[in-house]
Amino acid sequence: MKHEAVSTHSPEHLKKVEINALGFWIYLMSDLVIFSILFTTFVVLGHNYAGSAGPGELFSLPYLFVETLLLLISSVVYGTGMVALQDNKSKTVLKALGITFLLGAGFVLMEIYEFYDLIAAGHTPRQSGFLSAFFTIVGTHGAHVSFGLLWMLIMMYQVKTRGLTLGVCSRLMQLSLFWHFLDIVWVGVFTVVYLAGVV
Amino acid sequence: MFGRLTAEAFYHDALQMSAVYGTLFGGVVLFCMITYFKKWAWLWKEWLTSVDHKKIGIMYTIMGLVMLLRGFADGMFMRTQQAIALGQNHGFLTPDHFAQFFSAHGTMMLLFVLMPIFVGMMNIIIPLQIGARDVAFPLLNSISLWLTFTAVSLIMISLGIGDFSISGWTGLAPLFEKTYTPDSGVDYWMWAIQLGGIGTTLTGINFIATILKMRAPGMTLMRMPLFTWTALTTSVLIVLAFPVLTGGLFLLTMDRYLGMHFFTNDLGGNMMLWTNVFWMWGHPEVYILVLPAFGIYSEVVATFSRKGLFGYTSLVYATAVIMFLSFIVWLHHFFTMGNAPSVNIFFGITTMMIAIPTGVKVFDWLMTMYKGRITLSVPMYWTIGFFILFVLGGMTGVLMAVPPADFVVHNSLFLVAHFHNVLIPGAIFGYFAGINYWFPKAFGFKLDEKWGRRSFWGWTVGFVLAFGPLYVFGFMGMPRRISHYTNPHWQPWLILAWIGMALIGLGIFSMIIQFVVSIINREKLRDETGDPWDGRTLEWMTSSPPAEYNFAVIPEVTGLDAFWEMKKNRTVSPEDFKYSSIAMPANRPHGFVIGMLATTFGFAMIWYMWWLAVVSLIGIIVAVISISFSEHIEFIIPAEEVQETEEKYFEKLIKASV
Repeated sequence: MKHEAVSTHSPEHLKKVEINALGFWIYLMSDLVIFSILFTTFVVLGHNYAGSAGPGELFSLPYLFVETLLLLISSVVYGTGMVALQDNKSKTVLKALGITFLLGAGFVLMEIYEFYDLIAAGHTPRQSGFLSAFFTIVGTHGAHVSFGLLWMLIMMYQVKTRGLTLGVCSRLMQLSLFWHFLDIVWVGVFTVVYLAGVV
Repeated sequence: MFGRLTAEAFYHDALQMSAVYGTLFGGVVLFCMITYFKKWAWLWKEWLTSVDHKKIGIMYTIMGLVMLLRGFADGMFMRTQQAIALGQNHGFLTPDHFAQFFSAHGTMMLLFVLMPIFVGMMNIIIPLQIGARDVAFPLLNSISLWLTFTAVSLIMISLGIGDFSISGWTGLAPLFEKTYTPDSGVDYWMWAIQLGGIGTTLTGINFIATILKMRAPGMTLMRMPLFTWTALTTSVLIVLAFPVLTGGLFLLTMDRYLGMHFFTNDLGGNMMLWTNVFWMWGHPEVYILVLPAFGIYSEVVATFSRKGLFGYTSLVYATAVIMFLSFIVWLHHFFTMGNAPSVNIFFGITTMMIAIPTGVKVFDWLMTMYKGRITLSVPMYWTIGFFILFVLGGMTGVLMAVPPADFVVHNSLFLVAHFHNVLIPGAIFGYFAGINYWFPKAFGFKLDEKWGRRSFWGWTVGFVLAFGPLYVFGFMGMPRRISHYTNPHWQPWLILAWIGMALIGLGIFSMIIQFVVSIINREKLRDETGDPWDGRTLEWMTSSPPAEYNFAVIPEVTGLDAFWEMKKNRTVSPEDFKYSSIAMPANRPHGFVIGMLATTFGFAMIWYMWWLAVVSLIGIIVAVISISFSEHIEFIIPAEEVQETEEKYFEKLIKASV
């Protein structure tokens, strides 16, 4: 028996990539269940202002429009990266990952600033059930995006040092799923939390 | 430095201290023995870092059985307290301590006894049953194991350092909020099930992928053995239900650590939100526990009746229907808490509907036995015991599914009797049947029959005596979870229940003896064929214990009961002996390391040692990232070595069958 690192494109390894993709899909579905609990909680507690401010006073839709655009465009850019992956162009992939990262980081920074602004004005999550639910659902999504950014950094490093090996491609595919997934969840957050609240 | 951990946390009353010293003593003895026999390197290489599904399964099962002892001890203390605490006599437990006992008992029995045992059996058997060499994600499997270990460790630590929760295994809003229970108890409960629950979710993902993607050629979905089917449905339930618990506990964490208002009774919190979220997980959870047991009964009944399962297709559909229905009945846990009658009626009807597929199953099993050539071996004892007792428990469940009837017995001991009646004969009996049935597969020798039967009788008679009286109390109006009472009519029944518990204790004791006697007589009980029961499914095709790679040549499946068919119809061809080299996943320490870091993280969060929590969390993230930098770590078993192993097995097989 000897240990060796194998990274060939044998049928077994291709099958492994396929199984990994399925496993990742199932993970995403389980994560979606967590988000659905957060959504449910928000809907249940969404009007419990307990005497403090409600969504109309707190949210600015133009600001959120920019924030949302950043995330949606980042998803499109990631998509172009995946097209480049098909053509085996590692430089274009790197470029796309870099731009996606910047857009994603912009989204997270805008969100942090929004939180900072709210807390500085005294609208902390301790004020009411509504604010607890708001900070938790938006914060959980933001934490997911931040983990995605960390993952993206690591993938950029791996594309650079290893090139587009089967393992790297498989992980890029999974990150792509993850990133689009967060996009879809954000559309839900934007609609249920912000839009429905302000309108 | 140590957060809120002070010397006071280590101080307990004499009773608890003796339990702490006992546990510590056991740990020290184990440590010394491993050191004396110089087994540390072996333990590390062969077990702690193992990604082999069979070894992971064995570790899971042992963990569950060890925790059974503690869960039972807690139950025994409660029974003893209730048997004596009448009138002037206040027993030996304070109400607060009693509350910790019932909270710990429930949490442990469901999550750290039943879950590890069936996950362990799934691990050992599923890859063998579907003709695979391992699970889909072997390293993830190891991570799941060690996260479960994390949870168990935290519960054990709570015995010695600090307290355990007093708000029941289900949690009770707003009692579990920081305002009312500021000490470490609720935090132990919360972090233990949170971290363990993540491990369980990962197990669910792993087994769905394994069963859907790694079956041997020819094994279509409707040719899967029933245990595989129940494992699949249970995994689906896990993946859909456990994140609900994760989400709910996360909200509670926000409440307790950041002062938010999700389940509080002020500033816009909603206490019923917790109850709903908890039971949205909690009800599927009981089916997560009982479905694998149904799978085991199916395997056992078919094998020991020497007949194919009666109504295989209906059993599969019944399993799937139960899986579906289990998600739309959660509200029957709180009919009395102010829902509109129409809502209660809906959930009452869905609850009653579950009895239909379950009834289908019972009839299928009985019809399988009908005109079969039945061998009354120990697994069959457990199965028959299950039929009789479980049907009783199921009927009391249907009774409580009627909302007005539930109002009468809600929160009484009737309910306690009911869920013990479905979980002990329903789940635990099945797991014991499975342990007796598959033990020879995992270890290469059978378990002693005589002590196995004694264990069965101890459990069965004990169960009837311990929980039969509780049904009576329910009607007499005795509430659950009380540490003291003034009604003298209850005491004789409580003493009878105590005797029942003692008999269950004898059952557990007989099981320990059964293991010891079997290990001593292992040469006599040795099974060289790999197929001691004349089995029907693929796991019996391999040697016992199976080689690391399970199947030298992946079998071709042509029908239901694949191995039975092979034994009856198939002749051996030279193709069967064409060995090629096999790549297997190499052992890796990541699972163990992540588990230890998660334990540290949990402990640090419970005691507010923020620096340690941050350090261990970063450690976990680094460990996870490092996995992605070591892709495809495999080792190759050369064809010659495979051939050598297989030939040795064939020699033994021929010798045994002559």
